[in-house]
Amino acid sequence: MNKCMERLYNGIIKENPTFVLMLGMCPTLATTTTAVNGMGMGLTTTAVLVFSNLIISCLRKIIPDRVRIPAYIVIVASLVTIVQLLLQAFIPSLNESLGIFIPLIVVNCIILGRAETYAAKNGPVESAFDGIGMGLGFTLGLTCIAVFRELLGAGTVFGVTVIPEAYKITIFGLAPGAFFVLAGLTALQNKFKMPSATNGAGGESVLACGGNCSRCSGSACMANHATLETRRLQAEEDALAAKKAAVAQKQAELSAKLDKKD
Amino acid sequence: MKELILVIVGAALVNNIILSQFQGLCPFLGVSKKTDTAAGMGAAVIFVITLASFVTSIIYKLVLVPLDITYLQTIAFILVIAALVQFVEMFLKKSMPSLYQALGVFLPLITTNCAVLGAALTNVQKEYNILFSVFNGLGTAIGFTLAIVLLASIRESIEDNDIPVNFKGSPIVLITSGLMAIAFMGFAGLI
Repeated sequence: MNKCMERLYNGIIKENPTFVLMLGMCPTLATTTTAVNGMGMGLTTTAVLVFSNLIISCLRKIIPDRVRIPAYIVIVASLVTIVQLLLQAFIPSLNESLGIFIPLIVVNCIILGRAETYAAKNGPVESAFDGIGMGLGFTLGLTCIAVFRELLGAGTVFGVTVIPEAYKITIFGLAPGAFFVLAGLTALQNKFKMPSATNGAGGESVLACGGNCSRCSGSACMANHATLETRRLQAEEDALAAKKAAVAQKQAELSAKLDKKD
Repeated sequence: MKELILVIVGAALVNNIILSQFQGLCPFLGVSKKTDTAAGMGAAVIFVITLASFVTSIIYKLVLVPLDITYLQTIAFILVIAALVQFVEMFLKKSMPSLYQALGVFLPLITTNCAVLGAALTNVQKEYNILFSVFNGLGTAIGFTLAIVLLASIRESIEDNDIPVNFKGSPIVLITSGLMAIAFMGFAGLI
């Protein structure tokens, strides 16, 4: 049980996906126009994350290593489809306001990231709790940003008016406001030297792609390509050398035979 | 013809995929340090999104709709896109090594880029036919390239500026993107 609590703490505080790891930037910026939207997006992602972690962890010994990424994508995409249908049936208003970002949960790096780094190596119960922790951490991050944007942009919090009509700054509710709020947040994190991916103090990711969307420059990917290429060349060279050695040995044998005949 | 141009302009400027739809932010923030890498990424994205729009639209119209399984669109699209990117990478490597040299490193990055899946889903949402889907994909990708190349050139020219120390790195990039988003809001009345 202790380990499950540790997973929750890890997801919500120590490795918070929004504030510390800076993963899943697209929904973070796009769906935080109002507090309700932000929270809805967070909880939807949480639901997908918990079940994807659980299923992937149960299947981790069956899925062959070579096709694991496509297998994960199929599992996640099926779960997202289920969640989307449920939302359409029971909370149509949320489905309407989140729109295309519900199917886009499939390509959210948090989900594939947790599948790859945690669920593929640990048991189902811990993985499910890891999903809950990470999902709640994401929900917390999105809700905080969304409350801030809604307060500045529309003067309301969860629909309750706090700031009078005349004092609101509409731009924070629109697209540019999302960038400004996130810029302010990361600047504060730099100022107080809080652990975050932006000042290099965030947790090191073990994802093959580097796992840090905001600092990704494709260099990890290029490095992987270079490594694969050198490995391939090395293998080719080895094969060539082995062939040469075999030919040389054969020739030596042949000449030895000829010597004997003579 | 006029409608096709309107679709391209709408997708590229009015509903810019990054600055007003917030899709494909990871490469936008990450691969925008140098103008030439940004242009390379943009070219790869144009290539992949246009092709993916074409293929996913064909699959939607000819497979999913006749069989009445349109609810499987998310699964079908993501698998098709992943396979397509792999295939394009292999094809470029064998037949056009020079193009592969230029775009190759960006291709794997694009598979899980939400802009590609987003464009495919938008085509379905707006009920475009195959021709309109391809043009919508092209416009979306042009918008992406425009935004990323602009951001890269701004980042290159503010590199040596005296930025407050806490705003160095990603905060200033985000503020720049915010200002660009304000500028792009000016296109709203275009169509």
